[in-house]
Amino acid sequence: MNILTILVSTVFVNNFVLARFLGICPFLGVSNKIETATGMSIAVTFVVTLSSIITYVIQVAILDVLGLQYLQTIVFILVIAALVQFVEMVIKKTSPTLYEALGVYLPLITTNCVVLGVAILNIQEGFNLIETIFNSIGASIGFGIALILISGIREQLEPVDVPEALEGFPIALITAGLMSIAFLGFNGLV
Amino acid sequence: MSAIIEPVGVLGGLGLLFGIGLSLASQVFAVETDPKVEEVRKALPGANCGACGFPGCDGLASAIGKGEAPVTACSVGGSAVANKIADIMGVNAVETTREVAVVLCQGDCDKAKNKYIYDGIQDCRAENILAGGSKSCSYGCLGCGTCKDVCDYDAIQIVNGVAIVDKEKCVACKACIDACPKEIIELVPYEQEVVVKCMSNDAGKVVRNNCSVGCIGCKICVKNCPVDAFTFENYLAKIDYDICTNCGICADKCPTKAIWSGLEDIETIAQ
Repeated sequence: MNILTILVSTVFVNNFVLARFLGICPFLGVSNKIETATGMSIAVTFVVTLSSIITYVIQVAILDVLGLQYLQTIVFILVIAALVQFVEMVIKKTSPTLYEALGVYLPLITTNCVVLGVAILNIQEGFNLIETIFNSIGASIGFGIALILISGIREQLEPVDVPEALEGFPIALITAGLMSIAFLGFNGLV
Repeated sequence: MSAIIEPVGVLGGLGLLFGIGLSLASQVFAVETDPKVEEVRKALPGANCGACGFPGCDGLASAIGKGEAPVTACSVGGSAVANKIADIMGVNAVETTREVAVVLCQGDCDKAKNKYIYDGIQDCRAENILAGGSKSCSYGCLGCGTCKDVCDYDAIQIVNGVAIVDKEKCVACKACIDACPKEIIELVPYEQEVVVKCMSNDAGKVVRNNCSVGCIGCKICVKNCPVDAFTFENYLAKIDYDICTNCGICADKCPTKAIWSGLEDIETIAQ
């Protein structure tokens, strides 16, 4: 499978948020403002890419060699948790504003199913290291596009006179559903 | 055996590796928090009353640390705390005048008339909704004790239908000022001994009909004040506490005794 196909596939066709329905928590939680959504996307991109590489190496070099594939989930979670901690420290040091804007969602990347999902899917699809890297980048770009798109729409919805019963999260969920249907249009592209 | 040792070794080894890595990273990326903020936080009373306008004592401490709030911002702590914080911040200690809340009404059950008998919920805010309360004077203390209920420092008592603040216990947190529906509680300097304890903007005759200790707007105090500390507006005399010397002459001359004086022997001082 060539790299371009992988990118198009993960960004649009199999978009992790809108087609696979992974990572819904930050998708709804951090999508109030474009600024924080962008920050979250960058943080997720960093964590997903790095954790995929590390988990791939661990899988190939340790788990496969020793025949301990059944430890995959727990080891991957360990890697992701440690990595998120590390990213948190770096962001706290380099950009306190971004750190405060991301707030509780930064530690929540630990339990973000996108991160674990990408890491496990990379192994299941039998990708090599290069493919793994591009699959992860594609996945996080797809996540970022979905997050920034919905945050843009939600910013526009802010001043709109929404029926009272639909204010806030209900209208966000409806928006997300419509976006998901729209992304179904990419089906069969690859 | 290896079926146990291997997974334990792999997981334990990875855990150890990440642990060491993180502890190293935490040293490299350590964020220096301002030690002054912590010390300021310790010096503050910790009541989290919000009188300073910041979200709790932590909020004020970080604001003082950044220089966004003056060292005297905590009204509850008064000069003692302000001095401590000034020491920590390395600023010259500023003398703060301690302020205390004073209820500006003396119309108790004997002195003020009622226009109806209130028999509802014992809360001034509830009574106030009903035609401005039962007192004939629409400015006076209703005496249900809402201020007493909101006071965290047990400084307010209801004596014969009027709230009285114990100035030794008052910390100027402004909780009662916010709660009073009649807005007759004000902050007054602790040393201030002479206060016009009336808020009525009614004309003299109306005041006289409603209450025997109201300010009737006769201006005797204004004329007799040796330092011109009085302002007179809407049939009501007000003392400028910055100018007032607490001589007590006004309290002595006031025909209705609406000017309250804490001075022990007014007559001797006045002479």
